[in-house]
Amino acid sequence: MQDYRRKLIFEKSSEGRSAFNLYQKEEPVSIPKTFLRKEPMGLPQVSELEVIRHYVALAHSNFSIEKGLYPLGSCTMKYNPKINDQMACLPGFANLHPYAPTSLTQGALKIFHELERWLCELSGMHAVTLIPAAGAQGEYTGLRLIRAYHKDHGLNKNTVLIPDSAHGTNPASAALCGYEIKKIPSNKDGILDPKDVEKLLTDDTAAIMITNPNTLGLFEENIGEIAKLLHAKDAFLYCDGANFNALMGHTLVSKMGVDVIQFNLHKTFSTPHGGGGPGAGPVGVVQKLEPYLPTPRVQKEKDEFIWKEFPKSIGHIKAFYGNFGVLVRAYTYMCALGKEGILKASQMAVLNANIIKTKLKSAYHLPYDHKPCMHEVVFTDKKQSQTGVKTLDIAKRLMDYGFHPPTVYFPLIVQGAMMIEPTETEPPEEIDRFCDAMLAIAKEAETDPQKVKTAPHTTPVARVDEVKAARQLILKYQTKISS
Amino acid sequence: MRYIPHTPNDIEQRLKEIGVSSIQDLFTSIPKAFHVDRPLNLPSGLGEMDLKNHITSISKENKAQSYTHFLGAGAYHHFIPSIVDTLSSQGDFLTAYTPYQPEISQGTLQSIFEFQTMIANLTGMEVSNACMYDGATALAESCLMAKRICPQKSKILMPKNIHPDYQKVCQTYMATQDIELESIDFNTHTGQLDLEALSSKLNNETLAVLVQTPNFFGCIEDLKSIQTLCEKHQTLFIVCVTEPLSLALLEPPGKFNADIVVGEAQSFGNAVSYGGPFVGFFTTKMKYVRAIPGRVVGETVDQNGKRAFTLTLSTREQHIRREKATSNICTNQALLATRVSIYLSTLGEMGLKALSRLNHTQAVQLTKKLSKHTKLKFTSPFFNEFVIETKGSVQNMLEKLKAQNILGGYPLEKDFPELKNSLLICVTEMNTNEDIEKLCKIIEEN
Repeated sequence: MQDYRRKLIFEKSSEGRSAFNLYQKEEPVSIPKTFLRKEPMGLPQVSELEVIRHYVALAHSNFSIEKGLYPLGSCTMKYNPKINDQMACLPGFANLHPYAPTSLTQGALKIFHELERWLCELSGMHAVTLIPAAGAQGEYTGLRLIRAYHKDHGLNKNTVLIPDSAHGTNPASAALCGYEIKKIPSNKDGILDPKDVEKLLTDDTAAIMITNPNTLGLFEENIGEIAKLLHAKDAFLYCDGANFNALMGHTLVSKMGVDVIQFNLHKTFSTPHGGGGPGAGPVGVVQKLEPYLPTPRVQKEKDEFIWKEFPKSIGHIKAFYGNFGVLVRAYTYMCALGKEGILKASQMAVLNANIIKTKLKSAYHLPYDHKPCMHEVVFTDKKQSQTGVKTLDIAKRLMDYGFHPPTVYFPLIVQGAMMIEPTETEPPEEIDRFCDAMLAIAKEAETDPQKVKTAPHTTPVARVDEVKAARQLILKYQTKISS
Repeated sequence: MRYIPHTPNDIEQRLKEIGVSSIQDLFTSIPKAFHVDRPLNLPSGLGEMDLKNHITSISKENKAQSYTHFLGAGAYHHFIPSIVDTLSSQGDFLTAYTPYQPEISQGTLQSIFEFQTMIANLTGMEVSNACMYDGATALAESCLMAKRICPQKSKILMPKNIHPDYQKVCQTYMATQDIELESIDFNTHTGQLDLEALSSKLNNETLAVLVQTPNFFGCIEDLKSIQTLCEKHQTLFIVCVTEPLSLALLEPPGKFNADIVVGEAQSFGNAVSYGGPFVGFFTTKMKYVRAIPGRVVGETVDQNGKRAFTLTLSTREQHIRREKATSNICTNQALLATRVSIYLSTLGEMGLKALSRLNHTQAVQLTKKLSKHTKLKFTSPFFNEFVIETKGSVQNMLEKLKAQNILGGYPLEKDFPELKNSLLICVTEMNTNEDIEKLCKIIEEN
């Protein structure tokens, strides 16, 4: 018999049951019959307690930050303060209609205005838009601004340079903007060499996209020089700010020559990931790109905030004004941290990563070890693979020890990569427990490799058959015809 | 700082273990020239009590919160059952990442699989993805997907009665594509898409026809006639729904052989939240599933044969396919999709139907009350939104309503210069009879 808790909500349905009542008398519908729905919608019919039990059981089968360390590299899974959610749900925010007159929404516009200014201050950029819904939409927006600038200045440029260590959204966003992509190799130290950039740089180059610190957890030390090369060719330096948590309060990206950066509020600024979203991907730009920012933009005129359109803007990229509820959470977080807390956050994030690096480097192969790492560190399975234990096995075995695995097999340039980002909110004891688990797994890989290869052993489901999922597509529940 | 556990003692010990003498030693790879060299002009940190007071006082500057409103226009104020908030705010839903590790993410995966099922059933389509940023970007992505299905064609017909923000987002996204958007007028009498205009512009070169129903004016579109025209010219038929509650009452687009149905699911258990976060949905036919953007959850088994769920068809996505991916989307709006699943489970078959019907009949009651003094701008059937033409200036009337703490609706002239003194009014279950009486009284007096 199938475990009751594994059932879909549809399989718990009983005809006539409901968790919702409306005590209203039925008035006639005045829509012609041809337009009306004839068949049932196939929604579940369950009572309120059944709904509760169903979704409580589902939540329990998830791992989350609140259960333990979640060291996904480049994802910055820091603690998501509860007050942030409470503030975003205040009736003055949650019940605010986007088309209410701005005279009655001044508080919301003030948050837009201040958060924009704070992100400018933290990055040194000239202007910020808060509209993009996520990092990838921020990338898209930033590149569209560059396209708009070049078009406006009669320059025809169709190539974007992207390092081989970049996140997959970088090339995908560039392609969506109509650019050709050229890949730049990283050098033996894991960073970009200006000489390699120079070789690929032509009059057709519109921009380069650099993640800094990069996905190896290394600071791109030559970024200033690369910026100069680009600027001499009327090309722009796009900085993917996914790893801004290593820099905030300490480093100004504007000083590196960055022209555009996207911030991931769901990483650096503590808003919860929600199992995949929502996020927010504000974009900061230098002055010459400001005229092209997406609209509407918040402006202060006299003593009142208003929304304004601008003639050179790339236009609207989202309905309304962005993921406001996420912005409120990030704003609340920044108010809580303040300027001192922001600096301390980046410092402790780097400290925690370096502790992990120090403790694990005897047991795991560390491909880049010539200087301290930033907020994250990349190991590989080179040593463990001698007994047939792979990165994926180590990742799955970590689940048995009560931790979420790191980001695995990324960046692509490192074979069997394990990219570990602990963040600043983890206490030293949790970092130690994680390192102990990693060391224990390294030992198991030698003494009992089968145990690691068949992991996980304690999770709600065992290793999942992803190949079957892709071959025999079942993408929705279909009522089984009883035999 | 309460979110950062390290004491001075912890820091000292850790530095010793690493073998450096100061925190600055860890930052040596960052050239000095890039360092912050001045005090940052940012506020100092706040304790939780002060923080709460500070943010709450800003929220109170949003005076609109205490107003009654008849504003819809793509953002709908519906009742949210308490359990939607309680269940979706469980830390294990809220603070989990994208479910790349299925063994410890079954909660998110199953609730999204249920979301996909509910959305597919509601729209009458074969397959749904895990969600998009919002309805507007979902519509833009549907145009990009149409081009993937039919790369040799490039013209898409976009009616003027689609939500203006959605039209603008499509224009932005198409600007760098080999896709031409051409407007089609609406019928000024019925408010629906002008079928003659559509018929004259449609030919075998047309890539796709977009239709929003109920459209921006609240009018229900004649999908049957549009289907016939699309089929005649082998054009992809894309339907957009901004008020998904209508799907409980109306024949779903899937019944009219729509190729792609997209829209906004904010109405299902998500607050209007000043326009975001919202949650777009995206559905299509099974034969096009490999061209779909975004994440998709599928059912499979674990190695013991037990049912399990996992992200699937990943070879379409950016983390595998990079520049050849079907979309650049990575982070989506998953938590809101989970809220949609919970909301629709709570309302269920009967609840959603009853609520849908109530929205419609309340709107009809209001038009009846207004009919003595004001005329409806358009003749077509509507769901829970309709347009009236005011006798005097619509702005004056809105000001008078505002003085009575009522936001009377969405004035259309801003986006549709030809629709002077026309007001889009939305009625939901949240509008009480007293609100409705009050609104009528002021409209009648004008």
